[in-house]
Amino acid sequence: MATEAATPAVELRHLTKSFGTLRVLDDVCLTVPRGRAVCILGRSGTGKSVTLKHIIGLMKPDAGSVFVEGEEITSMGARDIARVRQRIGLLFQNAALFDSISVGENVAFPLRRHTRLSDREIRDRAQHLLSQVSLANEYDKMPADLSGGMKKRAGLARALALEPAIVLADEPSAGLDPITAAEIDQLLVELNDRSGTTLIVVTHNIPSARVIGDELVFLHEGRVIAQGGAEELDRSDIPLVRQFMRSEGSG
Amino acid sequence: MGRTVITFLEGVGDASRFAARVVVESIRPPYEFREMVRQLFELGVRSVPLIAAAGFAIGVVLSMHTRASLARFGAEALIPAGLAIALVRETGPLTAGLLLSGRIGAGIGAELGAMKVTEQIDALEAVAVDSFRYLVVTRVVACVIALPLLTTVMNFTGMLGGFTAETVITGMPFQTYFQQAFTPIEFSDLIPATLKTTVFGFIIATTASYLGINTSRGTEGVGQASTRSVVLASMLLIGANVLLVRLIFFFYPQ
Repeated sequence: MATEAATPAVELRHLTKSFGTLRVLDDVCLTVPRGRAVCILGRSGTGKSVTLKHIIGLMKPDAGSVFVEGEEITSMGARDIARVRQRIGLLFQNAALFDSISVGENVAFPLRRHTRLSDREIRDRAQHLLSQVSLANEYDKMPADLSGGMKKRAGLARALALEPAIVLADEPSAGLDPITAAEIDQLLVELNDRSGTTLIVVTHNIPSARVIGDELVFLHEGRVIAQGGAEELDRSDIPLVRQFMRSEGSG
Repeated sequence: MGRTVITFLEGVGDASRFAARVVVESIRPPYEFREMVRQLFELGVRSVPLIAAAGFAIGVVLSMHTRASLARFGAEALIPAGLAIALVRETGPLTAGLLLSGRIGAGIGAELGAMKVTEQIDALEAVAVDSFRYLVVTRVVACVIALPLLTTVMNFTGMLGGFTAETVITGMPFQTYFQQAFTPIEFSDLIPATLKTTVFGFIIATTASYLGINTSRGTEGVGQASTRSVVLASMLLIGANVLLVRLIFFFYPQ
């Protein structure tokens, strides 16, 4: 099984994507080994969310390829891509909860679709996931009745429902109060430490990137311009990166 | 100008591929059975009050018109039969189709449009659910099943309305009215006309799903998807009706 451990969780090769005349990703290469926690940083509109959507196959690149656990997914058929997606949990930037079903059923949804657990077990598991994100009492509420931060946390619980090997999170702590934000960061760190879940987290929040990320990747104008540990990026010779790292008053 | 034509033709091609995919995927298992039953309830059962009320009112009005015309020739005895034939052959199916283009078309267009712009469709895909099968195929199949049933409801309440109008004026008993109404109705009056509404159901749900799923530009786009669904579905339905009526006359010449 040495080869399996050696295959990276996610590998992007020369990923290029344009919307109209705007080139959002420009020859992005990135390797994320299994069990690694990577934070993708960058200013708004530099292709961070688009990168996540490529990893789960919601978008197809104009050029380049995406490997998930050694399998190339951009040319996969529907059945194979569904199998790969069950190993990935994605938290959307705006949570994207299904608004026609309750919060608890949102979390239960992937379990109902992809496991043979009984109704009772599914409810228990969904309830447990909700309490992990401090939403223990919101099972029967509808998504429209939640605040933005609560939706985000429910979205995270749904992303974790199938115990995915890879978790992609698009600004998990944006719009949360500092205490809840720290709790979410902690949850992600534990997930990474305890179960060896690979994390790819898009964030603007430098303090939480320092807490979560083994490695930080800085995207600018569709390109990776810096990559490394937080200390390395602090000392980066690119002014934009240093400025970004300092912006939270930590330097 | 040339560009507009090309864009239009591309749109038609894209929509046709979409419709073909609906047909193929609704035949091929696995089926999203639970979701389909839910849609049958949402789109079908919940349309019953509208269809029943409209049918009744149309029955009353048609009956009054039939009386006015037939009375000129002293043929009042033909009123129930005249109404039944008019209703079952054309008025029922077409009115039901157009009313449901409004209710169902707008509903699907807005719902799928909103799901699209809030990334819920992407979220379905992300949890490894085939959104096309789960959202589109279920709605189209539910609609194809619901339309003939709802048309039958409309025919029935239409006849009740006709009876009510008639009995108020002449005091005709219920049984007599329905005997006179249904005696001349033949297989070829009822069945082809009712079954053609399955095509209406396909048109309504497919058009609205196509426009809903291709929604962009936020809230404004959702409104547009909803409006366009109703307009386009109604127009296609009226056009298809002409062909279908012609086809029915071909197989069942009068």
